[in-house]
Amino acid sequence: MAERIVRTGVVALLLTAPFLLLAVLPLNQAQFWTANVLGRAVVFGIIALSLTFLATYGGFISLAQMMIAGTAGYGVAVTVDGAVPSIVGGLPYALAVPLGLLAATAMGLLVGAIAVRTRDIYLLMITLALAMGVFRFVETNIAWFNGYEGIRNVVGPRLFGQDFRNPYVFYYVSLAVALLLYGFVLYLVRTPFGLVLQGIRDNARRVAALGYSVPLHRIAAFGVAGFIAGCGGVLATIYNIGISPGSIGLGPTVNVLIMSVIGGLGHPVGAFIGSLIFTVFDTFAANLYDRDRFNTLIGLVFLVIVLVSPDGVTGIFGRLRGLAGAGKRSARSLASINKP
Amino acid sequence: MGLAATVVLNGLTLAALYFIVASGFSLIFGLMRVVNMAHGTLYLVAGYVGYRVFEPLYDADVWWAWYAGLAAGIAFAAVAGALMQVLLLSWMQGQELRQALVTIGISIIAADQVLAIFGGTPRQFFAPDAIFGSTQVPFVGGYPTFRLVQIGVAMAVGVALWLLLNRTRLGMMIRAGVDDREMLGACGVNVPRVGIAVFALGAALCGLGGVIGSTAQPLALGQDGRFLLISLVVVIVGGMGSITGTAIGAVLVGLAEQLGQALFPTYSVILTFVIMATVLALRPQGILGRG
Amino acid sequence: MRYPLTRRTALLGTAGLAATTLSAPAIAQRAPIRLGGLTTLEGPFATGGQDAYRCVQMELERINNTAGGRRIEFIRESSNAQADVALARARKLIEQDNVDIILGPLSGAEGIALRDYSRTLTGRTIVNGSSGAADTTLRNPSPNFFRFNTDGTQWMAGLGNHVFKTMGIKDVAVTAGDYAFPYAQVFGFNIEFCRAGGRSTHYWAPLGTTDFGSQIAQINRSDAGAIVVVHGGTDGLAFMTQYAQSGGSKPLIAGSIMADQSMLSARGPHRRVMIGMISAGPIADVIDDPTWREFVERYRRRWLNEGGFQSPSIHGVNYTTNLLGILHALNAVDGDLSGNQAAFQRALAAASFNAPTGASVKLDHNRQAISDIFLNRIEERDGRAQVVSFARANAVNQTLGTPEAQFLALGSPSRDNPGCVPAST
Repeated sequence: MAERIVRTGVVALLLTAPFLLLAVLPLNQAQFWTANVLGRAVVFGIIALSLTFLATYGGFISLAQMMIAGTAGYGVAVTVDGAVPSIVGGLPYALAVPLGLLAATAMGLLVGAIAVRTRDIYLLMITLALAMGVFRFVETNIAWFNGYEGIRNVVGPRLFGQDFRNPYVFYYVSLAVALLLYGFVLYLVRTPFGLVLQGIRDNARRVAALGYSVPLHRIAAFGVAGFIAGCGGVLATIYNIGISPGSIGLGPTVNVLIMSVIGGLGHPVGAFIGSLIFTVFDTFAANLYDRDRFNTLIGLVFLVIVLVSPDGVTGIFGRLRGLAGAGKRSARSLASINKP
Repeated sequence: MGLAATVVLNGLTLAALYFIVASGFSLIFGLMRVVNMAHGTLYLVAGYVGYRVFEPLYDADVWWAWYAGLAAGIAFAAVAGALMQVLLLSWMQGQELRQALVTIGISIIAADQVLAIFGGTPRQFFAPDAIFGSTQVPFVGGYPTFRLVQIGVAMAVGVALWLLLNRTRLGMMIRAGVDDREMLGACGVNVPRVGIAVFALGAALCGLGGVIGSTAQPLALGQDGRFLLISLVVVIVGGMGSITGTAIGAVLVGLAEQLGQALFPTYSVILTFVIMATVLALRPQGILGRG
Repeated sequence: MRYPLTRRTALLGTAGLAATTLSAPAIAQRAPIRLGGLTTLEGPFATGGQDAYRCVQMELERINNTAGGRRIEFIRESSNAQADVALARARKLIEQDNVDIILGPLSGAEGIALRDYSRTLTGRTIVNGSSGAADTTLRNPSPNFFRFNTDGTQWMAGLGNHVFKTMGIKDVAVTAGDYAFPYAQVFGFNIEFCRAGGRSTHYWAPLGTTDFGSQIAQINRSDAGAIVVVHGGTDGLAFMTQYAQSGGSKPLIAGSIMADQSMLSARGPHRRVMIGMISAGPIADVIDDPTWREFVERYRRRWLNEGGFQSPSIHGVNYTTNLLGILHALNAVDGDLSGNQAAFQRALAAASFNAPTGASVKLDHNRQAISDIFLNRIEERDGRAQVVSFARANAVNQTLGTPEAQFLALGSPSRDNPGCVPAST
């Protein structure tokens, strides 16, 4: 119940925010906020959603999601027309973007396959190591990925007669994608596939005894998460007018985890809440504390949340509402992640 | 012949350093079931603190400057590790993922504070003259003495750990605690205190690795991430909780890195990860891992 | 007088300004000029970035934060040498802080990203800080991107010839980082060295390599007469320390970043092999030039006891040179940034002045600097290691004297194209 309130609130806020900003701030500042705070929050929220989806319904904390998002970004950058340097090139966005998403889904399936026989903390370590391996590969390979420099000039398609990077086009398209994916996740977990997945999270042996293939379901979950992360990755690449290995390094990888945890690992909407909080902190850290010490600040917030409210901000809200039912449910879902 | 021997020896000496650092990680996991994601940060902090102690003594031409730095680094790391366990991790006993998240938070804060306090300049210890310079090694010729010292230290650590675990009372308690924690408590052993001791020991090993590593290679920000990753890979390949497994993992990773650098420098970095992925595919618990 | 240039005061000033001057170009004429700074204060090049800001602050204090009759408001941002982070910070400076001019960035990849970004801007200018990738201005230059410092390839001018002809070494081992900046430097070295008849064997190592054991073993066994070391930061330290430990004794030739105060001030065993090292670049610690001596004196007085080096670093000097270009143009147009900065940009393109090193600076048709390059040697002076210049190449352009079409035809520097083209072809 608390989650539904939070959910509606967040969606309403995200839909109307640009207009509120225009009313309050001068035009160029409102545009800056829309694209660089809200837009960035939504895009990274999508990537965080892929992590939260796996955590909430699969019981896995995967640190490979940022890398998988980057796979989609590289897929687009390598194939799209106009990128510099042009590795393959020549394709319009209508073809390059699906290729990127395909690459991300495939990478998700691959990560799932490698990690399929592991759980819990081993999964965390292995996904981290895999992500870093891909990062190092991309950083050193010139022929396919242009190494340390990355690939630039991925400007995005023209939509509705406007440049994709027009703040409002970018924001509302990203928001639409986010809402679609979010709705998809909510729908998926009520389908037989989703129910089996949650069953596997709670007690894999029993579900296997019922005749379901545990490994296949897990791998498929990773594939779905890969697709979601890929959507975020494509949007992020267009936002950054290109992609470089730095986007998938250790820092960004941990940042996605921070967003998911701050928002609440037991609730998909937490991905967007956490991402919004993170982005606001990141943009305005200088005013609050010291721009150079942003990492200390966000690290402290992260630590406090893990110590005090493992279910993040959404959990705090639930508790504040005093709705014992919702609180118990969220605590249970986190506890189930810790089951051996 | 000479070149091949040199490259192999390089790989073994690098493996020695990796073993020292990863053994702490493996110990803490094997016995406490805590994945200490702040392990790399302990390396970094031990190096910087050790250097702070070392530098004024070195400038004053004191012969034991390096040893003092080494002792300071180890001591600081051990205390930091014990504090982490006592203040933060002990009340989450059993919640492995939550503990891992806490250590991630600590590592972010600590790494940033290190940058704030010590600045961004890289630094490197001067090894004492007695072990600086080169030694003659058969087939190889002149070889940096310090790298040979690394092997010596690693072997000493390995033997000491084995003796500790298999020949002392503490070791017996630790091994019992791994199998059945509650039973150990029921036998009257102060389990939390054993836990602190183990964490401190694992952190101290990391601190040792930090100072030795910072004598062989420059100490700079980014080394924390690097050594955390290496420890992860070494322990995944060799098997969690097994000291011999860690040694095997370290040798594989060290040799792969150096051979890769000599044979195909562009892709040497991913050779390590390919080995890891292969081991995971064939034997997910690691080469000598249990269950 | 110390001007507290904190981000806080600058931001407050901007907010106040934004609230009162929504769209009034006439009033904006005598409003402060907003100058955004971007440098790396995080990550591997942090110490270089810190020095860049030190020198910029020193210069702004010297002119009392005024140019062209208007006050200058300096707003600082930082990045970590990653292109997308630099881009995000640049966008913040332009779109939120509403700066007129950006001074930066520091590293090569960031420079290329900012050049592409500058192409999308109207009425704003980006003037390079210290980034040295050749292609930033050589290929696909942007009309809004100006660079008053020389690029990484230019920095090696004179070195290849010196090694072959003066030092008499015909065969070198080149150890370099496997990314764009070292490629450019190796290219600049090889263009001269191989054309003169020399032979280069290349050993590439990925960025972040800290153990060069096997590479050093191969080099020690080879016939190379000298080693050309082109790494940055920590990697370079690692190589030299390990080379010292291996007992090697071949003469070392250094890339421009290697022989720099930020390297010499780092404590460690590498210093033993650095004495006697030859290098080339846009600065040195000791240059026989009154302008330089005065600049170093001022720097030491201002910063030696507040975290500064013994003498300014390459990044400090480059940022100052670019800032001088901006100030020169501002004074020439009397602070007029109207008409989408058309007059200002023309003044930038026409600027001609002396860098803090005493070197002459002017721009070519790609808005790239043509300036002097110094040949240096590291010597022990006044009880510490210093980079001493012993020769100077005047007015080196981006193609190192080669006709532009021919130079462009050689292609971009890369691992497979290190510029070693013998004279016969």
